[in-house]
Amino acid sequence: MQLSLALAQIATHLGDMKANLDKHLDFIKQAKARKADLIVFPELSLTGYALQDIVAGVAHRPVDDDPIFKPLLKASQDLDLVVGFVDEDSRHRFYIASAYLSGGRVLHVHHKVYLPTYALFDEGRFFARGDSVRAFDTRFGRVGMLICEDFWHVSAPYLLWLDGADLFLFSSASPGRGLNEHDKLESAHWVENVNQSYSNFFTSFVAHSNRIGYEDGLNFWGGATVYDPNGDRIAHGPYFEEALTVATLDLNQVRRTRARLPLLRDERTALVQSELNRILSK
Amino acid sequence: MNIDLAINTDLARKILTGFLKTEINRAGFTRAVINLSGGLDSAVSCALAVEALGAENVLALRLPYRLSSPDSLEHAQWVIDQFKVRSETIEITEMVDPLIERDPKISEGRRGNIMARERMIVLYDRTEAFKGLAVGTSNKTEILLGYSTLWGDMASAMNPIGDLYKTQVRQLARALNIPQPIIDKPPSADLWEGQTDESELGFTYEEVDKLLYLLVDERYTHQDCLDAGFDEAFIHKVVGCVQRSQFKRMMPPIAKLSNRTVGYDFIYLRDWGT
Repeated sequence: MQLSLALAQIATHLGDMKANLDKHLDFIKQAKARKADLIVFPELSLTGYALQDIVAGVAHRPVDDDPIFKPLLKASQDLDLVVGFVDEDSRHRFYIASAYLSGGRVLHVHHKVYLPTYALFDEGRFFARGDSVRAFDTRFGRVGMLICEDFWHVSAPYLLWLDGADLFLFSSASPGRGLNEHDKLESAHWVENVNQSYSNFFTSFVAHSNRIGYEDGLNFWGGATVYDPNGDRIAHGPYFEEALTVATLDLNQVRRTRARLPLLRDERTALVQSELNRILSK
Repeated sequence: MNIDLAINTDLARKILTGFLKTEINRAGFTRAVINLSGGLDSAVSCALAVEALGAENVLALRLPYRLSSPDSLEHAQWVIDQFKVRSETIEITEMVDPLIERDPKISEGRRGNIMARERMIVLYDRTEAFKGLAVGTSNKTEILLGYSTLWGDMASAMNPIGDLYKTQVRQLARALNIPQPIIDKPPSADLWEGQTDESELGFTYEEVDKLLYLLVDERYTHQDCLDAGFDEAFIHKVVGCVQRSQFKRMMPPIAKLSNRTVGYDFIYLRDWGT
């Protein structure tokens, strides 16, 4: 089975959801024209990243009658979508969220579980932490979604792997930093290493959609990637430019790789559990 | 210890020109105004603005004082000619001398501050007339050391080079083909005759950039810096400069009284809504 996967690295307007929605619909149209089955937008793609005190003003529920989600759910009749937004629960907690939309329905919502609140990041001040990491079924098999800092904690993709995910969809708004003599920022270098490592460790497809553009002095570097279950990079978007990167994933590669390298078969989950129990009971 | 401050200048150019264009446009403008001193930093900011916005959208100002070095004026003209930007030359002598002359005992520092602030006044006035934004020219070294005039040469709408140390600005200048004599000459604020940054500071940019890089970027402790071979007195002096000048890097604190106060819990980026 083949999956035509589109990664939309867009610049966003900070707090202007109408403008961001229009851009989503435009990229969805382009992806459709290129016969993509699934399009993945970056973290907080509908709102912009450094929202700070804007958060409550841009929170939405991913439901049919929501003015932002209505046209997106309609568009998901044609191809599956992953969009980034601020989710507000019934008790008015605000989450950094990714929603997977397919066939006019919301299949899954992931709330970011790790909120970086150090150095240039201040997410824990403005958002609630998600409290679950779950894989879910799609028409392309079982998928796991994580948002930026989530995948800097190895336990999060590990849990998704054990929960059945063979396709990892990561989204980020990764601020560019670490300029040295190399032709790539250190932040891009780190993230690409991590993504490639997971594709190796988990013998799975790992796709990453990262935004571009600026917010005040912060730059975002784009550079969408897809790594296959052998750890080979099969797609790479440009740095710093808006682009739709379309990759064809031969999903049967998972089977071939795992026939060669049965890491999942040999994973000692009971051992992990017993050792974790011991460590956590100290 | 080898401390490498080499930067990829292509990458820096790409990020910084994108920054200028995006952020100026988001603020509703297409043009920039820059005080061109004849030195390295403003030449680099000017070249980046030209690359970002086009020469016709950049206004360079030459704002000499009667005691300014004629070389400064000439070097600024080289940049204007090379990058084909619009330019204006406005002498500030008549504007600042009446204030300076009120106090026969005025120090060089005060005179320098008056000139730097007068240049800010002219810069901001020309941004109105030209419908552009003021592009900053302060580098990371001088920002960290506080070697600048608050509300004077530090004032701008946005600063493309403020996260590059002086020695890194020099690398970028070479890539941007800034005329070689501007790159080679001793950096100077040119606020009085014969002034150079390095004689006034008491150390070279080459030395201090490496130390600042370890202290700030690499989070070295005082002891780590000693172990890396830096002199105790030098470390002490530089750390003192950085700490004492923190006020220059902040908006003035507002005394909190209400439940929501600008600067504490009223928090938005400038790009809010754009």
